[in-house]
Formats: sequence, C-alpha cells, structure tokens
Amino acid sequence: MRQTLWTLATLLSHWRRHPANLATLLVGLAIATALWSGVQALNDHARKSYASAAAAVSGADARALVSTRGGLFAQDLYIKLRLAGWKVSPVLEGTVRVGDKSLRLIGVEPLTLPRGARLVSLREGEGIADFLKSPGLGFAAPETLAQLSEGAKTERGLSLPPPRALDAAPPGALIVDIGVAQRLLDRPERLSRLMLEAKGAQPLASVVGDALRLVEPDEDSDLERLTGSFHLNLTAFGLLSFLVGLFIVHASFGLAFEQRLPTIRTLRAVGVSSRALIAAMAFELFALALFAGGAGVALGYVIARALLPNVAASLDSLYGAQLPERLTLDAGWALSGLGMALLGAASAAAGGLIRTFRLPVLSVARPQAWREAHRRYLRRQALVAGLAFAVAVGALLWGGGLVGGFALIAGGLLGAALGLPVALAGALALGERLAKGPVTRWFWADSRQQLPGLSLALMALLLALSTNIGVGAMVEGFRVTFTRWLDDRLIAEVYFEASDDDAGQRIEAWAAKRPEVEAILPVFRTKTQIANWPVEVGSLRAHETYAEHFPLLEHDANVWARLARGDAVLVSEQLARRLKLNVGGMLDIPTEGENWSAAIVGIYPDYGNPNGQLRVDIDAFERHWPRAPRVNFSLRVAPANVTGLIRDLRAEMGPRLVRLVDQAFVKNLSLKIFERTFAVTAALNTLTLIVSAIALLASLLTLSALRLAQLAPAWAMGVTRKRLAALELSRIILFAAATALFAVPLGLFMAWCLVAVVNVEAFGWRLPFHLFPGQWARVFAIALLTAFLAALAPVLRLARAAPADLLKVFANES
Amino acid sequence: MRASVLLAALLACCAPARLCADSFAGLGQESPGFATVTPDAALAFPRDFGAHPGFRTEWWYLTANLRDASGASYGAQWTLFRSALAPGPELAGWADPVVFMGHAAVTTASEHLFAETLARGGVGQAGVVATPFRAFIDDWSLEARDNGADAGISRLFVSASGAQFRYQLTLSADMPPVLEGDKGYSRKSEDGRASYYFSQPFYTVEGELILRGAPIKVSGRAWMDREWSSQPLSPDQKGWDWFSLHLSSGEKLMLFRLRGVSGRDFIGGNWIDADGATRQLAPEDVSIEPLATTTLASTTLPTRWRVTVKSRALNIETIPLNPASWMGTRFAYWEGPIRFTGTHGGEGYLEMTGY
Repeated sequence: MRQTLWTLATLLSHWRRHPANLATLLVGLAIATALWSGVQALNDHARKSYASAAAAVSGADARALVSTRGGLFAQDLYIKLRLAGWKVSPVLEGTVRVGDKSLRLIGVEPLTLPRGARLVSLREGEGIADFLKSPGLGFAAPETLAQLSEGAKTERGLSLPPPRALDAAPPGALIVDIGVAQRLLDRPERLSRLMLEAKGAQPLASVVGDALRLVEPDEDSDLERLTGSFHLNLTAFGLLSFLVGLFIVHASFGLAFEQRLPTIRTLRAVGVSSRALIAAMAFELFALALFAGGAGVALGYVIARALLPNVAASLDSLYGAQLPERLTLDAGWALSGLGMALLGAASAAAGGLIRTFRLPVLSVARPQAWREAHRRYLRRQALVAGLAFAVAVGALLWGGGLVGGFALIAGGLLGAALGLPVALAGALALGERLAKGPVTRWFWADSRQQLPGLSLALMALLLALSTNIGVGAMVEGFRVTFTRWLDDRLIAEVYFEASDDDAGQRIEAWAAKRPEVEAILPVFRTKTQIANWPVEVGSLRAHETYAEHFPLLEHDANVWARLARGDAVLVSEQLARRLKLNVGGMLDIPTEGENWSAAIVGIYPDYGNPNGQLRVDIDAFERHWPRAPRVNFSLRVAPANVTGLIRDLRAEMGPRLVRLVDQAFVKNLSLKIFERTFAVTAALNTLTLIVSAIALLASLLTLSALRLAQLAPAWAMGVTRKRLAALELSRIILFAAATALFAVPLGLFMAWCLVAVVNVEAFGWRLPFHLFPGQWARVFAIALLTAFLAALAPVLRLARAAPADLLKVFANES
Repeated sequence: MRASVLLAALLACCAPARLCADSFAGLGQESPGFATVTPDAALAFPRDFGAHPGFRTEWWYLTANLRDASGASYGAQWTLFRSALAPGPELAGWADPVVFMGHAAVTTASEHLFAETLARGGVGQAGVVATPFRAFIDDWSLEARDNGADAGISRLFVSASGAQFRYQLTLSADMPPVLEGDKGYSRKSEDGRASYYFSQPFYTVEGELILRGAPIKVSGRAWMDREWSSQPLSPDQKGWDWFSLHLSSGEKLMLFRLRGVSGRDFIGGNWIDADGATRQLAPEDVSIEPLATTTLASTTLPTRWRVTVKSRALNIETIPLNPASWMGTRFAYWEGPIRFTGTHGGEGYLEMTGY
C-alpha cells in the first residue's frame, strides 16, 4: 500500500513538470465526454418526453381501439361498445393553432378513464364537475400553461377553456373534455381512439363489425419510431465526437508514457513490483478520468441546454413531437457520462499499461528506436485499416437498415483514418527520395520522424474534415433539392382551407366568378392506413398545372391521362419504398367503402413527410371517400393579382376561412422547418471541428518540447531560428493540406452513404447526389487555418527560443 | 330516500370526495336554478317512472332478498343515480350537464361483490325513459318486459354484471306503486327539505345469479325506490340509516334516520299494509337504536339494530346476512340484506352512509 502511494506520488510528479501534457489530457477527455453526454442528454430528454406524450392519456401499457382504416371514427361505435359491456373510454386528439403556436388538444372523458390511465387523477381529483360543466377546464403541464393565456382563442375564433396546471399532462398539450375537443376541432361526434379497460362478453367484430381494431401498447409508439432516425443521427455524431476526443486522450497518454519510460524503469529497478506500478497507474488514470469526466458531464449539460431549443424546434416541425424546454438532470445520465469517460480513458491508456506490465527491467532506454518501432506500428495500422475497410464493404454488401448504413460509414471512416499515417509515411518517403539539397532532405526526413507524434491529431482532423464535407454535402444537397422541389410542388399561388364543406363550396363558387382566378384546384385530404402505416390521400384535378410541374421520379407514359380516368394513383417515394411498389403495379387502398384496387402510374418525391402519401383524381377521391372533408383548395392566379385576391377573399369570406396563405408563406415556412432540422447537425459538425483543432494544438504543444532536441543540430549547423520556424510552420501546414486532400474523397464517400443509404433507411426518400466544390475549398481553407493557428504558438516559441536553450540539448548529451 | 345523493355529493364537492363524505356538505349546498320539491305536487304515472330533468338528483333503486333451491340467502342490488351538474334543460351530446352512476352488487353470507360504472348523459351511454320504462347504463338495464297493456313497471327485467358476478332477474308485482311520505312528499329535515318519493315493494323475483362463473337459480322478493329532489339534505346532516323491510305478514315497512351533526336526528317512515295502503309514521312513534358494530375499511358502523314502532307494537332486532356488505365504490357506504326477529319476522335491506 505504502509502496503504491509512493509510486503514485512519483508518477504524479510528471504532470507537475509537464502541465501542458496534463491540460491536453484533461481537456481531451472532458470534451469527448461533454459531446457524448450532451448528445445523450438530448436523446434521453426527447425519449422521455415521447414516452410521456404517448402515455399521456392511456398510461404506459394501455390497449386501445382505433379505426381499422386510420383516422377518426363515429362516436356511435363507442356507445355500441359501452352498451355491449366493453369498458372503453373515448379520446379525440388534434391540433389547433393558438396565435403562432400549435397546441395539441387531447379530449378525454374523465368518468370512464381506465383505472391505470395516467390522467386518472382527473377522474377523482378536484374540479371534475368544473371540467365537465361548460365552459370546462383545460389541463396542461406547468410549462405549457405558462404559454397559454386565459381566454386564448383558436384560429377559428373559439375560446379555449380556462387553463389549469396538471403535472400529469404531457408537455405541449391541453387536456379538455371530449365534448370541448369535438367543438374546438370541429369534429362533432368523431373520435380518434378508445382506451380499453376491459373487453366485453361479445367479440369486437360482433359489436362494431370491422370498423375498429385493437392496438396493443407496443404498436402505439409511432413517435419514437418516427424520430428514431433523427436520434440515431445525433448519437452517431456524439459517438464520432467522442472518438475524436479519445484520439486526443490517446495521444497525450502515449506521450506521457514515452516521457515517463525512464522513470518507470527506475521505479522497477529500485524494487517496485510491476503489480504495484500498474495499481498506481490505474489509480492515477481513474482519478484523472473521474475529474475530466465530471467536468465533461457538466459541459455536456451546458451543450445540451444550448442545443435543446433547436432540437425541440426541429422535432416539432418535422414530427410534431413536443419537448419541454426545461432540461432535467438525471443521475443515470451523469453516471453513464462518467462511465464513458472511464471507459474511454482506459481504452486510450490500455496500450501503455500493458507495455508497462511487460517492460523488461534491465532493457536499455532506446529513444532513437522510434523509426523501427514506427515501421512496425505502421504495418499494424495498415492491417487494422484494411480490416475496417473490409467491415465497411461487408456492411455495404450484406448489411441492411440504418445500422448497416452507419457501419458502412464507421468502417470507411476508421479505415481511412488509420490508413492516413500509412499513406502520409509513404508520401514523405517519396518526398525524401526526390529531395535535393541537405536542408530539403532534412526537412522530409524530419517530417517523417514527426509523423508518429502527429498522426493521431491528423487522424482526428481527417475525421472532422471529412464529416464536415460529408454532412455539408448532404445538407446542401438537400437544400438544393428541397428548394427546387418546393418550387415545383408549390405551383399554385394561393392556398386556403374552408371551415366546412359548405363554406368550401361557397368559396369555390365565389372564386369561379373572379376573372383573375385561372384555375381552382381542390386538394381534398383524408387518411387511411396501408399495411399498418398511416397514409394520407390527396386529390388532384386534371389540370395542366400538374402535368407541367408536378415532380415525378418515375411514371407511366400517359400518367396524367390515366390518373384522370380514375382507376390509377400516384404514390409517394416513401410509400413506394416501404411497400416495394413499382409503376405498373396495383395497390389495394382501404376507403370509406370497399377496398379500392388502383394501378400505380407514378412515384413522386415527398421530402420530409414521415407518413406515406397517395394522390388520386378528384372524382375518384369523391367516389371513394364521400365523407372526407372538402375544405382544402389551391388557386392559380397571376402573381400580380395575388395580394388583391387574398384581400378580397378575406374581406368577403373571412369567417368561412380557416386558413388563407400565399405561396411565399408556405415556401418560407417549409424552408424554415428545413433549416431548423439541420441546425443541430451543423452545430455538432462545428463542435467536432473545434475538438479536432484542439487535438492538433495539443499534439503540437507536447511535441514542441521534444522538437528542440531535433532542431538544435540543424540550428548548430547554421540554419537560422527564423528559417527553422518557417520550416516548422510549412511542415504542419503541409500535413494539414495532405489531410484535407485526403478528407475530400472520404467526405464524398460519407455524403454518398448519408444520402443513398442512411437517408433512405431513416426517412424513406433518396436525395440526388450533388457535388459542391466550393464547399471543399472552404473545408480545405479551414484545415489550413486550423493547422496554422494550432502551430502558431509552438512555432513562435521556437523562433524566439534562446540560443542557450538550444545549446542545452547538447549539454545533456555529454 | 336512498344512498344516491352520493353522486350529487361526489360531483358537487370541490374538495376530494373523502372529505365530503364526512359531512355530505355538497348535498346541503343551496342549488339555485333547480326545481324545488313542494308538498302539493301530485305524482303521476307512468310520467314519474322516467327522469325529472329540472331536479338536481334522482335515483332508481332496486334491492332483492333471494334464496336458492337449498334455502341459502342472497341479496342483489341495482341502482342508477342521475345527477345534473348545472340547472337547465337536458342537452344533446357531451354538453348535457347530466352524469349517471350505476351501482350493482350481490351479497352472500360470505361474500359481497359489487361493481360501479359512470356515464355522461346526452350521448346515449345511459338514460331513462318512462314509457316503455327503461333505465340503463352501459350493458346494465332495468326495463319493462312482457307488460302487455300495462305501461308501467309491474313486470321488469333487470341485469347487471361485475368482474366476478352477473345477474338476470325478472320482477313482477300485482299491486300499484306506493307513495312514501305524505302522498309522495317525503320530508327530510326540520327546516323543510324534502324529496318526491314512491316505492314498489311488492315485487316477486325469479332469476339467475352467476357467481364466479357458477349459475344459481334464485327466487324471492324485491323493493324498488324512486326518489328525486334538488336539495335533499340539510347542511348539518352527516349521513343516514335506511331500512326497507318485508314483514312475513305481507306488510312492508320503510324507515330512515338522518343523523344530525349536533346529535339531533330526523326520523321518518311509512307503514304499508299488505293491500298497499300506506301511512306515514310520526317521528316519536319510531325508534332506531344500534346494538352491535362491525369495523370495515377503517370505518366502524352498527350492523345490528333494535327497531320499534310503538303504534304497530313492532319490536325487532335486525341481523345482517353479511356484516361486511361494504360498497367500496368511489363513494363508499354499507348496503346489504338483513333479516329480523322479535315481535315480527321477515327480511329486507339496510343502507348506512356517512360513517
């Protein structure tokens, strides 16, 4: 014990003499932990709130009855089931706009709420009579309540019931009485589902036919499934950042180990057992990891809090998932962050520890043996790189799903990163062979000598740069495609939603009389379910607008004529991929009546939609969905007349309109959603780049102390300090430039993986692959700048090094 | 009047129900806007078999004393409470301020099985129609069947079910309903609170109980109470003890004691002859005294009673079939079959609330 303590004290003295080394180690580990735990905090937070949103009404394991065809069903079915002894409770969910925010409305019936239901407190709690009586009450979570004002009105001008706080309410939702929900959502006598407490004696089908089906609790977690890919993206980024951070840790541990070799050898020689030495080193590692990990977890919390509003906004706009904007700390999360720090530190230091254990006591220190050692190291590294590439190829050939996609990216990135020093070593050897003149030759040889110390930092830089290029290409590609697609898709100039069918007809009649309206295109919508997947059905009116503009990925030669015949449909790319549909095939579509078997005549892109979508001719739509609301229309108007038309429409039809917007508004809104979605990705991207810059800086700082020994002879032979400094700087920039060059193909590989594999698996649509050379130039410049900034301090120190310090190198040799 | 103001109390309470149970404060609250009970109104049938929308609370209450082929005793209860949360007419859809609560129970010497269900008015999940008479909530119902020309309640079919029991009983009575109190006006306090109240105590019963899946053929007699009011209790009344007794002579006896907070009780009752003639009993003519208590669910209440009616020379001691006839519903109370011995023999039902 005593021995271990003394050994520990001796080992720790190293850090006192090399504070920069210590700082690098701690900063590296802290940042790695911070990025990882920050992302985890966001994921945890989101997952918890989905679970609580899904279990909002029902409780975690509740069964429910839903419409077999998806969408709403008649309240009459609820009554039939109750009268048959089924213990069910009605729910109607929907969204209303209040001011500029959307609010999830959950209508429940408190008297019949199942015993296990989360909101059961409503049933027995205070104020149940006020809840049931007009005007009712609205219960909301405290943070949602803070955003609601007394007397708030919906977009249709209806007052919300007075709001009250209820902790059990899910965030972003207002719990109201079922009757109030039906009125606010304008869905009289319609329900979205029935919570099931107990089945009745009669079978379901004998009571309601095939109108309803039983949903087991695990089928219901749509939100988690939908957002799963988004979170996987975040996790992948977190892991990547963690790995980059570990490179720093590995580098500084490796350096410390090299520097401490003589001390370790001395300790062993004076009789410290290898066991005691290992114990002391393990304890040292544990303490450092705990300290840095703790700081990292705290920093992770800060990062998560900073990113939360963007994550929340993009989840809201993409999936309608609402996150509370208050991040809660949780012991499990903090512990897992610390665990990652310990695990990371242990893996980074494992090599050093094993070597200490095996160190022959009497072997002579051989600091000049680096070249031989490095050659061995490079061989091993090349081998591992080859293995990683093999994994990537394997994932591409046989792997499936999102995990396969990420395995492909991980294998490719790791292989390339490990291969980088091998490639650089080869390039430097070539340079050395071609070099003329002693200083130039020395420059190349010395660069080769420096490679082992810098390779980890360069690998980190490579990962960061290629991620930057890859993700940048994807985001930029998405932006270009999406904007173009929006231009095609949003071809009508004015869009409106009428308050009901009757209002829709009146407005349509009104618009038909306006000379500036070139075409009225009804876009009626309803929902159905195909293969257990929610699918939206939209109507199209045969009009040249669509024939000219509607974007199609694949289509039948007579697509518009066939569609107008009423026996064919267009399917969205997501639906086609999910159900493996092809143009020319048939699709069975559940309608309000019989199933409708229609020919598929085209597949169109539908970026960003988590659900499937179908487009059918308006007449076919009215035939098959006679009860669907006829309230959505778009109008073709010459751009110059838009403002006037909207003004008149609003003035004359005001109360009959639920929504009236022009093209610019819709486009703007869609692009805003898009920007938010990738804001987080961009932020993490930047953070990863910053981490890699720190890695480079750290490596250069620790190396600079050792560099003197190698530079002193060159200085002694007449190379000025200034020239030496310039050579040093150009060397680092050369390394960075080589790395950046290497990063471009790697980044493109990553971008391809993201758009062609990951995106398809995650979202169901494939983006066209675009090249953005301007972006590469920017990344190249960033790499050079990063290297320049990182090298600046050590190089300046060298340029100003006192001759006495340089002379000391030789004093030590004597 | 029966336990049924429970629902009104439950819903009118602004504090958690349990607190209210101590005082039934909700029932003593003023209820402006609701119809009031007056002594001169005449009850009319079949109209009054149905619901009375202007009133705040109302109930259809059936209790049956049954025996199987081996002579073992059972009790069965079927109750529908109707309560309006706000005055005004009945409305269509969820906007209707009416709430229904159903209670059903089967009692044996060793078990007391009960069930409860609630429903909103206006949507068709529960309701009451006068002709042909039908009261229902979910799949429970009490309805006229095989009545022929009679538009009343002389032949009823009743069914209900819980997690472990189910019953289907056919009731028939060959006498008209009996008006309680003074021609149906039943006073409940010194300060003039009252309800409209009539009974049909002459039912004979045939049917089947299904207990834990096992069917049991039963027969016996049943008593139905109908009562409605807007403010049946005075603020200082904390609960009541209620008796409906079938005397072996064919006579019937209804007695109640409303317990005042200050110790002043309000006692009332009706003596019903075997031919249906009914006479209101004066408070000083009746005494109701507890003899022995039982502790259930942390509540101690009297389950054996001494009941006397001096003018009728009645002096009996009541014994419960099952002292643990506890209705552990949202609003808990004791309701179960009893038998009695003394100057008169017979059976009946006892209800106790507010303990």
